[in-house]
Amino acid sequence: MRCVATSTLPPSIQARRTTIAMKLVMAVSGSLFVLFVIAHMYGNLKMFGGQAAYDDYAHHLRTLGEPIAPYSGVLWIIRVVLLGSVLAHIYSAFYLWSRAQGARTTKYRMKKAAAATISARFMRWGGVALLLFLIWHILQFTTRTINVNGSHDSPYDNYVAAFQPSVWWVFVIYALAMVALAMHIRHGVWSATQTLGWTGNVRARRRANTLAITLAAVVSIGFILPAVFVLFGVIK
Amino acid sequence: MKITLKVWRQSGPKDSGGLATYELDDITEDMSFLEVLDVLNEGLITSGEEPVAFDSDCREGICGMCGLMINGSAHGPEVTTTCQLHMRSFSDGETITVEPWRADAFPVLKDLVVDRSAFDRIIQAGGFISVNTGAAPDAHAVPVPKENADKAFASAACIGCGACVAACPNASGMLFMGAKVTHLGLLPQGQPERDARVVKMVNQHDHEGFGGCTNIGECAAACPKEIPMDVISQLNKDLRTAMQHGR
Repeated sequence: MRCVATSTLPPSIQARRTTIAMKLVMAVSGSLFVLFVIAHMYGNLKMFGGQAAYDDYAHHLRTLGEPIAPYSGVLWIIRVVLLGSVLAHIYSAFYLWSRAQGARTTKYRMKKAAAATISARFMRWGGVALLLFLIWHILQFTTRTINVNGSHDSPYDNYVAAFQPSVWWVFVIYALAMVALAMHIRHGVWSATQTLGWTGNVRARRRANTLAITLAAVVSIGFILPAVFVLFGVIK
Repeated sequence: MKITLKVWRQSGPKDSGGLATYELDDITEDMSFLEVLDVLNEGLITSGEEPVAFDSDCREGICGMCGLMINGSAHGPEVTTTCQLHMRSFSDGETITVEPWRADAFPVLKDLVVDRSAFDRIIQAGGFISVNTGAAPDAHAVPVPKENADKAFASAACIGCGACVAACPNASGMLFMGAKVTHLGLLPQGQPERDARVVKMVNQHDHEGFGGCTNIGECAAACPKEIPMDVISQLNKDLRTAMQHGR
């Protein structure tokens, strides 16, 4: 704990070395993820189109851009961009998290929240939860290191197998992850518009909040719907 | 009214401090919160104890000197300054916890008094316009759009009390800084130094040890001058623009 404030000038005066620049890194990398989950959610809805539609879509992701791009080329570019984004997002999050910890080392005995949404309060630990989920999800469906209920050649069959009632706990993991994702998008989208400086008046702020809530609902519900239908045996 | 006060007592910057409990039973609803502390101090002085140190100046809600964390809310349950908070906002028999602003950039000097000179240094870093002194120019010599004038004026209402920092879960000073940057950045006189100002102020803010903003909104909810989150958006935009201009 510092006893008396005796600060002099900062060692360097550059815009890119500020916490706001760090927030911009977080906003831009987060925005890429929002675009990704929208596309991913849309793709998953093809489960409703039947096995052929879903498997064709999954295959098409690999042949995307052919013959100019090699097989899986575009997919790998997307993966590398997303990996870079997730690293930038995590780095900026932990940087700002540790700064916040250091900014108030003596806590209040009594502190009431007046404006914080549940989403905002859950942002950091929710982010950690999503990261753990992401690792689980990639091991289960991308690398297929974890096979919960048998492994199939068809992505459709893999999807159906994963959400059978016999392995209900897989559904529970995904349902909880979608709640965390909805909350992360709800505060994240609003926060990104604010960080990018697009919310300079009451109307713009209201629009940004509406957009955030809408995207959170659409993405999380869109993701969980096919899984619910599999769980109840409608999609077989 | 009868109230129980739990007041943070700390003999000096290096003392670890703690809450002390005091019972007061000659309080009226018309008293301001600071008058209650005055009553408490009169009693403490009479009984030979050290009075509670707290900051206050104008007691009209316009100077920004007073500021206490009252029952977990900056400036207490009403949207106003601590001096303009009255006991009618509390109920008879209530226990009220009083703490100083908590932020490492605002070190506690004694009891409820914190050192807010970090804000002064942020202002010194760039929260001003450079003009030649002399006779004041005619008020209408430089036209300002009405909308900008209104918004700049509303932002200039910031009294620098520090409630935004106190309420922020990250102990960030962005609302304060945003108010200053918006105030000067919307006026013609603020344009020549606009990029340099925001970069210098934000660097100083970060250097002082304030946290980063996570757009939660506790600051705007606590602000006695009702400065909205808009100013933080403007601050972010100005910093981004300065970055694009190579600052």
